[in-house]
Amino acid sequence: MTEYLALLFGTIFVNNLVLSRFLGLCPFMGVSKKLETALGMGMATAFVLTLASASSYLVNTYLLQPLGLEYLKTVAFILVIAVIVQFTEMVLHRNSPVLYNLLGIFLPLITTNCAVLGVALLNVQSGHAFFGSVIYGFGGAIGFTLVMVLFAATRERLEVADVLPSFRGSPIALVTAGFMSVAFMGFSGMV
Amino acid sequence: MRRLWNFPGGIRLPGFKQLSNSEAIRNLPVPERVYLPLRQHIGAEAKPVVAVGERVKKGQLLAEATSFVSAPVHASISGMVIDIGEHTMPHPSGITEDCIVIESDGEDHWYSALAPLADIDNATPAQLRDAIREAGIVGLGGAVFPSAAKLKPPRSIETLIINGVECEPYITCDDLLMRSSAEVVLRGCLLLQRILNAGQCILAVEDNKPEAMKKLRFALDIMINADEPGVKAIELVGIPTVFPAGGEKQLIKVLTGQEVPSGGLPYELGVVCLNVGTTAAVHDAILLGRPLVSRIVTVTGSGIKSPGNYRVPLGTPIHVLLDAAGGAEGEAELIMGGPMMGQRLTTSQAMVVKGTNCILVNKPELQTMQMPCIRCGRCANACPMKLLPQQLYWHARGKTFDKLKRYQLDSCIECGCCNLVCPSHIPLVSYFRYAKTEIADQTFKHKRSEESRLRSEIRQERLERIKREAEERKARRKAARSKPKVKKTAHPAEEDASQTQEVSNG
Amino acid sequence: MTVLALMFGLGLGYAAIRFRVEGDPMVDKIDAVLPQTQCGQCGHPGCRPYASALAEGSAEINQCPPGGEAGMRALADLLGRDPMPLIGMEDDSAEPSPMVAVVNESTCIGCTKCIQACPVDAIIGAPKQKHTVLEDYCTGCELCLPPICPVPECLTLRKVKPTISRWKWNLPLAQETEQAT
Repeated sequence: MTEYLALLFGTIFVNNLVLSRFLGLCPFMGVSKKLETALGMGMATAFVLTLASASSYLVNTYLLQPLGLEYLKTVAFILVIAVIVQFTEMVLHRNSPVLYNLLGIFLPLITTNCAVLGVALLNVQSGHAFFGSVIYGFGGAIGFTLVMVLFAATRERLEVADVLPSFRGSPIALVTAGFMSVAFMGFSGMV
Repeated sequence: MRRLWNFPGGIRLPGFKQLSNSEAIRNLPVPERVYLPLRQHIGAEAKPVVAVGERVKKGQLLAEATSFVSAPVHASISGMVIDIGEHTMPHPSGITEDCIVIESDGEDHWYSALAPLADIDNATPAQLRDAIREAGIVGLGGAVFPSAAKLKPPRSIETLIINGVECEPYITCDDLLMRSSAEVVLRGCLLLQRILNAGQCILAVEDNKPEAMKKLRFALDIMINADEPGVKAIELVGIPTVFPAGGEKQLIKVLTGQEVPSGGLPYELGVVCLNVGTTAAVHDAILLGRPLVSRIVTVTGSGIKSPGNYRVPLGTPIHVLLDAAGGAEGEAELIMGGPMMGQRLTTSQAMVVKGTNCILVNKPELQTMQMPCIRCGRCANACPMKLLPQQLYWHARGKTFDKLKRYQLDSCIECGCCNLVCPSHIPLVSYFRYAKTEIADQTFKHKRSEESRLRSEIRQERLERIKREAEERKARRKAARSKPKVKKTAHPAEEDASQTQEVSNG
Repeated sequence: MTVLALMFGLGLGYAAIRFRVEGDPMVDKIDAVLPQTQCGQCGHPGCRPYASALAEGSAEINQCPPGGEAGMRALADLLGRDPMPLIGMEDDSAEPSPMVAVVNESTCIGCTKCIQACPVDAIIGAPKQKHTVLEDYCTGCELCLPPICPVPECLTLRKVKPTISRWKWNLPLAQETEQAT
């Protein structure tokens, strides 16, 4: 039990996908202007990540390994991820058209989000069992959402603050992201 | 001793009360003309019932209330109605609104038909309320909400609070009223108690008014000794002097420990709060039959020669009042209200209205420069409504109005505490006022645009329907013509009936 | 791999049917933000067509002067685009004050041309009877003015009279040079 908790804590804080491993930076910068969009994106990615993590583990263990086709895992994982993202898009378009339109192009871009593929491949690399893979994916997703929300909240405040004209918008956001990353370094060595 | 609570935030201010509280109330001589706006209250404008050229007496009805939340207007002097037109209102915008102008006939005759309510002892609360409504009484503490509407809450009331706190510096009109007419105030409380049937009545006075407390205590003791009905329920309470303890929500917190829910009203807690001035007006209306035609106004400040309190007929131009107080000095600033919550007036041509509790004339001070916000958070500590003025400031400045709703801008009472404590001298309340009116404007425009959309959709539908019907008619006529020649019927009008003329719009 | 791909393809196809979305609720949301003056200043024949164009992406958010800066910002928020200055107002001029049409009843000839032109039915009257504009419904779109009205100086535009209840405070001056976005 403790090892799963440690794994969870590790992926959320110590090895945070965005701030420590620098994966998934595209939606991190692109969707974090508003809190609601960031939360929506975080939830969507969380959904995709967990499912992808689980299904890619299953595909790898029960399909690729027995057939000796591990070298196809990148392609297979991409296929799995693409299908899940398509499905998520459809559900979102129906249930929340505003969020769907706000996320725009970033929703299908989850397919190419290196965080998602990264988690799937890292799972294989670290050799977790099924439950471990799910925790890993879920933890990564929680960490991603957490950082997205924190960053979006900060950006909303930055938007109305007195920032130098040349720094307004993306520049000050990147500087802030750098500061957050340094802050998260404080977790290193805890797990 | 009654238990008292604290309200969050607030600041202690120097009172400056001694400028105007040492002399008794003076009566202002009858002015030459009075300008009575049709709207001196929250709610719908009153409708004139007199015409230009008519002679009116003091206390005569000039304009009637037009809805539940509305109040009538009465003549404050006797004379002739010389104009019903637009005049400058006592508002920073200098906007003009409709007023009834009366030119004095030199005398000061009351309208002869005025009489106290018949059989007061057996009058029902509804009858008492009607008398208050017909007397044009509104909240004289400054909020000018029609009192008759306030006295008809949708639920039972346990506590009636009479607000004699007067927490704002410089203003002393309520203080002097309580000193000079303590019994009037107390009898007014008894009447209000009867209307609301509240279990207890608390008359709250700040502890910087010892004389008023003494006079009220004396009058109350006489009434208790005389065993007057209902007087045992009145409790006189002194509260610590903190600004803004006189704010309705803050006073309720101090006296009952309860907080009025955000966006809600005091009656939801079973409390109704009225000003002492309103209470005295209620007494005059019911026991003397006199409508609201005058009020006590404090004229004070560093820029006025002889500050003091005056009983002023409503509608008196402010420059007349200033002249009676010795005149304003040169370039002095004119503020209607107190230094914290008052509104700056650009002209003294405006008039005294029901909500004018003070005219503050201060010598102009050096303007302090506005500096950038250093995010110190002092404003949040001082806010009596537990808001975050700093966040409201950033969002008002950045015009992100949806965020302002989330930070509860609507709960801001514009007390000015944050303004005063800000080390950068940022005029925070000005930003909040800007944001509030912008949001109100946007909401109004949105409502209008919804109506416009509906109307244009209905119009589109109508045009299409007319076009469709015209085509159907054409098709029918064509079909009738192409049928083989039938015997001419005896009713040639049959075909005409299907050609009903419609004004085809477009 | 092919088998896998086929299976997934079938699954997605089923999901596409199950989760089909009818119409485009986005257009309704955009239309709710527009001021509904139906004036045509955006270049489209009415507010709904402009909303459709915005939803498709074939129109910019700064084409609606009656919506003002607030309207443009609301569209920017809704569509996730950057705010841009309104066409014709790039030089930070003050917002135009609201105008309404007024009929001079002494010269009105009762031709009903303005009634037919008004997109929100704000003018009432009948043939050969005097016409009048209902101020509460007039949006100031100017579609009824001459040359539609044949009588000179009969139908004019005037400013709405400001009242205290609708009066707006200004931003405190020192900070007006300022905040981008």
